[in-house]
Amino acid sequence: MNILELKNITKKYPGVIALNDVSIEFVQGEAHALVGENGAGKSTLIKSCTGAVKPNDGSIVIDGEVFTSLTPQISEAHGIGVIYQEFNLVGELSVAENIFLGRAIRKGLVINKKAMAREAAAIFEQFNIDIDPNELVSNLTVGYQQLVEIAKALSQKARILIMDEPSAPLTSAEAERLYQVVEKLKAKGVTVIYISHRMEEIFRLTDRITVLRDGQKIATVKTSETNMDDLVKLMVGRELKETYPQRKACISDEVLIEVKNLSGNGVNDISFEIRKGEVLGFAGLIGAGRTETAELLFGAAKRTGGSVRLHGKEVHPKTPRDAIDSGIALVPEDRKGKGALLDMTIRSNTSMAVLERISNFFTIDLKEEKRLAEEYKQSIRIKTPSVEQKIKNLSGGNQQKVIIARWLASKPELVIFDEPTRGIDVGAKSEIYTLVNSLVEAGKSVLMISSEMEEVMGMSDRIVVLCDGKISGSLDRKDFNQETIMNFASQK
Amino acid sequence: MGHLENLKGTAKAVDFAKQNGIYIVLFALIGFFSFASENFLVSHNLMNVARQVSMLGIAAVGFAFVLLLGGIDLSVGSVITLVNVVCGWFMVNAGMNPVLAIFITLTMATLIGFANGWIIANIEMPPLIVTLAMMIIIEGVAFLISKGLPIYGFPDSFAVIGQGYLGPIPIPVVIMIVILAIGAFILNKTYFGRYFYAVGGNEEAAKLSGIKVKNVKYLVYSLSGFFAGVAGIVILSRTNSATVTAGKMLELEILTACVLGGVSVTGGVGRISNVIAGVLILGVLSNGMVLMNVTEFTQMVIKGSVLLIAVAFDCLQHRKAS
Repeated sequence: MNILELKNITKKYPGVIALNDVSIEFVQGEAHALVGENGAGKSTLIKSCTGAVKPNDGSIVIDGEVFTSLTPQISEAHGIGVIYQEFNLVGELSVAENIFLGRAIRKGLVINKKAMAREAAAIFEQFNIDIDPNELVSNLTVGYQQLVEIAKALSQKARILIMDEPSAPLTSAEAERLYQVVEKLKAKGVTVIYISHRMEEIFRLTDRITVLRDGQKIATVKTSETNMDDLVKLMVGRELKETYPQRKACISDEVLIEVKNLSGNGVNDISFEIRKGEVLGFAGLIGAGRTETAELLFGAAKRTGGSVRLHGKEVHPKTPRDAIDSGIALVPEDRKGKGALLDMTIRSNTSMAVLERISNFFTIDLKEEKRLAEEYKQSIRIKTPSVEQKIKNLSGGNQQKVIIARWLASKPELVIFDEPTRGIDVGAKSEIYTLVNSLVEAGKSVLMISSEMEEVMGMSDRIVVLCDGKISGSLDRKDFNQETIMNFASQK
Repeated sequence: MGHLENLKGTAKAVDFAKQNGIYIVLFALIGFFSFASENFLVSHNLMNVARQVSMLGIAAVGFAFVLLLGGIDLSVGSVITLVNVVCGWFMVNAGMNPVLAIFITLTMATLIGFANGWIIANIEMPPLIVTLAMMIIIEGVAFLISKGLPIYGFPDSFAVIGQGYLGPIPIPVVIMIVILAIGAFILNKTYFGRYFYAVGGNEEAAKLSGIKVKNVKYLVYSLSGFFAGVAGIVILSRTNSATVTAGKMLELEILTACVLGGVSVTGGVGRISNVIAGVLILGVLSNGMVLMNVTEFTQMVIKGSVLLIAVAFDCLQHRKAS
């Protein structure tokens, strides 16, 4: 019996189709895996089920009742519960109080703590979970907090439980306990929609698997009738459709940066080197430790071990300033949060990393500053009437170009691009690719972090794949292959 | 094509009004009091207004820096009080040379500001709480030193600062103009002034651009302490007596002047040229209300309302932007 059916769901955002005519049926009591690369549409799909997103087209059928869109209230009332990666728990309240948050059991005006603790204990008992309902949530480990979230959903009579990468933050013992809970949920007739990148657990836990790619449903298969290789092929099986600008052969024999056993900031034992004129790609899933490695190189996080040699000389940047002065630049991932100074002009944004270099006796050489901004406005084609424009008035792509201008102005030897084309239009994307090419053609080195498989394969000379804070694989251009990269990235 | 030109012209006019609207308010207020009181628009009264606001204008420069950074410094009023008491005590009870007394007192004021900045940057406490606690501590110290009694009988030479004239212009006004000019220079011309905007606008981005954010915080709070100190010296010389109420509630007037002058309470936005207008508006308002015999308590109501309206205006601007 189908408890939940998605029929022809389409969701468009300006410039992107997040979900394109997706239909999936969920059977009562099954564990159904949703898999796909970053950006395949999994999150939008969940949000459509929880009422956080209204689809443009299609319908959602819960227990035979048809909806064109849901609200969070309707979704919850019909038994859809979600365990997000970020928990919605109040640390300073007890386990029982969290489970009944907003629906406290009361005697008149007084909260009946005993009754809540009893009910909570009853839920835990069904699943053989050992949690004291009176314990403060902040005293629990992540694994137990997650179980509290699950109990909370069950106390709200959830019949469909969506779990978004539930095992990602867990230790292996905690994950084992989670698997047992999922088995019990299935036995009780709860439908579990399980989103995960970990192949092993998908094959262990789920009955069926739906593969999403680029907002489309590729297939729904029975877990027992497929295998890991086939699944990965379904996930990535597409031809490279974008063309990447050609660049001249420019890789020199000279190594610019040599990283050995770098550790700290959540990553471990990272070793790689980049030659002059080379683009090294960092592939991996979100949270694999790519950005964290970049922060270590850039002095934005504390190194606990390992060494970095630049031009053969040991460097240990403790602040971004040190890194900039030794010739490293980082174009950060989160443009608005970590890059743009929105209330400031293009001129100020461009000069920000080199202000002290263009100052005499603390006074900025305003002519030089203006010249610098104009130079980059011309050379990387920032579309603006004037460099005195505030950058909040620019499009995403042009904002990104201004941030890149800031880093080029610092005359770096190594430029780290962290997701440089996220959220910008196709035209600006290809301009950024051309820019990367001209950098390496001029003998600089580039480290490019990207979650877009096509991009990282299209732009890199070599690719290093990270998984769980470690390097899980490394490929030369001739060996580039989506399946191999995906396998490295989801290795456990 | 004339149409397009017109449109551009209108857009420019709107921009101009947005950036300089506060001057329109100032002139409207001056116009109002000129009609309401015949004693208002006469040269010696206008000079009076300038002298009355000079302490405010001096301290507002440091306070504007702090606001730009996205912080606040509630301790400036108490710093003014402490500067009065300590400088007075040095000159009267210790018989110290006024120049040396001023030097030591200003150093002290700067160090208090530095302490605020150090705590805020390193312990990452909210500036509101840090400077509130500092305000209470300093006020207590001022009481302990003076035992609550006024100190007076300063050397004659000391009086020049608050009571002297340079040509027709009172010395406090000269000091204010110099300090406003320094403030504008720091913000518009120096790299560290640019950093105030960057840190206040987006601290994370500032840090990743190689700015040493902690140093910027030390500097800004130190400057706030220093400029409050200068304002305190001017007040002391003007009143010729050190009292424990010298800086009472001044932090709120200074805050009002800055916010009126378009310095955003959320950081990153503000210009000295408009802070001057904010300072003058408060001065004109106080002076005009006195001339019209408005009672002290009614004045409080009006000044409080002005602060509320100014902040509301700032927040509405922000909401519109996002």
